[in-house]
Amino acid sequence: MSLEKITTVAGRGVHVPGNDIDTDRIIPARFMKCVTFDGLGEFLFHDVRKSPEGADQPHPLNDPRFQGATILLSGANFGCGSSREHAPQAIQKHGFRAVVAESFAEIFFGNCIALGIPCLGVGRDDIRKIAAAVESRPDVEITIDIAKGEIRFAGQTVKATLRESAREALVGGRWDAIGDLLEGVGDVKRVAARLPYLAV
Amino acid sequence: MSKSLFQKVWEAHTVRTLPGGQTQLLIGTHLIHEVTSPQAFGMLRDLGLKVLMPHRTFATVDHIVPTDQVSEPYADPLADAMIKELRRNCQESGITFFDRATGRQGIVHIVGPEQGITQPGTTIACGDSHTSTHGAFGAIAFGIGTTQIRDVLATQSMAIGRLKVRRINLTGRLQPGVYAKDVILHLIRKLGVNGGTGYAYEYGGEVFERFSMEERMTVCNMSIEGGARAGYVNPDATTFAYLKGRPYAPAGAAWEAAVARWGAFASDPGCVYDDVVDFRGEDIPPTVTWGINPGQGVAINETIPDPAKATAADEKASIEEALAYMKLTPGAPIKGTRIDVAFLGSCTNGRLSDFQEVAKYLKGRRVAPGVKAIAVPGSQGVGVLCASLGIDRVFRDAGFEWRDAGCSMCLAMNPDKLVGDQLCASSSNRNFKGRQGSPTGRTLLMSPLMVAAAAVAGQVADAREVFGLRSPG
Repeated sequence: MSLEKITTVAGRGVHVPGNDIDTDRIIPARFMKCVTFDGLGEFLFHDVRKSPEGADQPHPLNDPRFQGATILLSGANFGCGSSREHAPQAIQKHGFRAVVAESFAEIFFGNCIALGIPCLGVGRDDIRKIAAAVESRPDVEITIDIAKGEIRFAGQTVKATLRESAREALVGGRWDAIGDLLEGVGDVKRVAARLPYLAV
Repeated sequence: MSKSLFQKVWEAHTVRTLPGGQTQLLIGTHLIHEVTSPQAFGMLRDLGLKVLMPHRTFATVDHIVPTDQVSEPYADPLADAMIKELRRNCQESGITFFDRATGRQGIVHIVGPEQGITQPGTTIACGDSHTSTHGAFGAIAFGIGTTQIRDVLATQSMAIGRLKVRRINLTGRLQPGVYAKDVILHLIRKLGVNGGTGYAYEYGGEVFERFSMEERMTVCNMSIEGGARAGYVNPDATTFAYLKGRPYAPAGAAWEAAVARWGAFASDPGCVYDDVVDFRGEDIPPTVTWGINPGQGVAINETIPDPAKATAADEKASIEEALAYMKLTPGAPIKGTRIDVAFLGSCTNGRLSDFQEVAKYLKGRRVAPGVKAIAVPGSQGVGVLCASLGIDRVFRDAGFEWRDAGCSMCLAMNPDKLVGDQLCASSSNRNFKGRQGSPTGRTLLMSPLMVAAAAVAGQVADAREVFGLRSPG
């Protein structure tokens, strides 16, 4: 299976501030009543973007200045909670191509990489710098250089961290593991044969 | 060389190192449900792949299943479609499906142990973050996303980086009225909601040694709420006694061999952990959350935090955000907070012992006027056991609705939901904004007995006082 080699992502950003933003907030459970992921994009952050009556509420994603942003900026422990892949699917289908945050919850991070969504960790002060640049000039171009581990914007450069295995997977075009895993199926069967609980 | 259980299970299931550096890990047992698996089967079809080892995947319906309607089609056409889709996928692939007609349906994390599918020294994956529950048996169990469900279906393995191991020692004894739920709420409060990132938690010490399997499951269940992708307890005589005679447990001559094998997976004395933390059972109070993540908890006798007293700007902001959502008063006692709904159930606290313990005290008491109280057994098996012991009757007589098995109001994908900004005393695992089905609904997490105390008092209350438990020494 040939996959895109994701080495850089460039685009406009939007800052959704806050720590511990959970996957229920990213996509409330009631929108998971579906047998495909199509159409999840419009429900991204639904309950904080809409009033109970369905009217738009103040939220960065509702702000006309940040329409068309492809890089999502946030705080610490982003994506905590449920393992629902509906969360990264909603982010991707909304049009985001990368997430930059102080830190990520484990399962969410893995789900994102498997979909080819880079999740870069950036120190708090640097997130603030990027957010300030976006706030003052929403059309500022942000370039995430995955190979170099840095983010460039408005003439500034900040350091961005990414687990080595995830970096390899993205830049090597192996972020969807299925190809590699299928190659190992013979070995899977051999290991399984050694384990008594897997005897047929 | 001394090794931890995690290390032994990991090594026994390692297939190879992948080109990117991750491990291809054999997943011995795969559990699926109706919400996160349909898309995975769709992906398999798109790739022209088949399920590699259908006999190692087990399915049930839990997330979306109504708890007050037995016959199909269900009132919610989307729910009905998802359940039919799972049934079709299981039939086509030859996967065992614990459908409602089997009498073995229930929340996936209750069904696996109940059927004896969950065993020590195994690897387990399921498209649900509370898969960590199965670690109570000394299994290494991971919550996974849908793309990984596809991977496990197609290859009985997944790509994953090795976790570090943090040993959590809990010495001494718990005080009367303090339960496994209080233990995990306390641990998360102290270690943080992301304190476990990158770790598997190994729980041990005298408190865990004395714990029943169901209590161990309650703690392991919420490991993920502390950021740890997996949590486990070393297998011992309690584990083996629980498994003996269960439908999928080894029997006859195979039983003795299995017990010997299982015991050998326990962490060796003197093995080295990446981190060790110690707690004393006596220090753990009945704990209630006041905020919008499971780490935002206080002891029942404490007050709701005041952002004005926060030392760090971050902490101040997070208290303010939580209190604005929760509509609670800073500095007020948590005790006395009026509740609208009481929910007893979920993969955290929907097992026989949860209902049994509450029934001991609920007999002859009444749910306060104006409070909607529902009790939802975690599986059909739990429901049958409760009925045989007259426990369902105690709940009904007290004014609880007694429902059929499912996840119900823990995540409210079925018709069981909060309305408006109702406040719910809940035995479930998450108090996130909107978690219980209303975008403005509010959740306070607590032990089952504290839920019952709140239901009876109409407000958050100390179960030890409401039910006359021996006061703490």
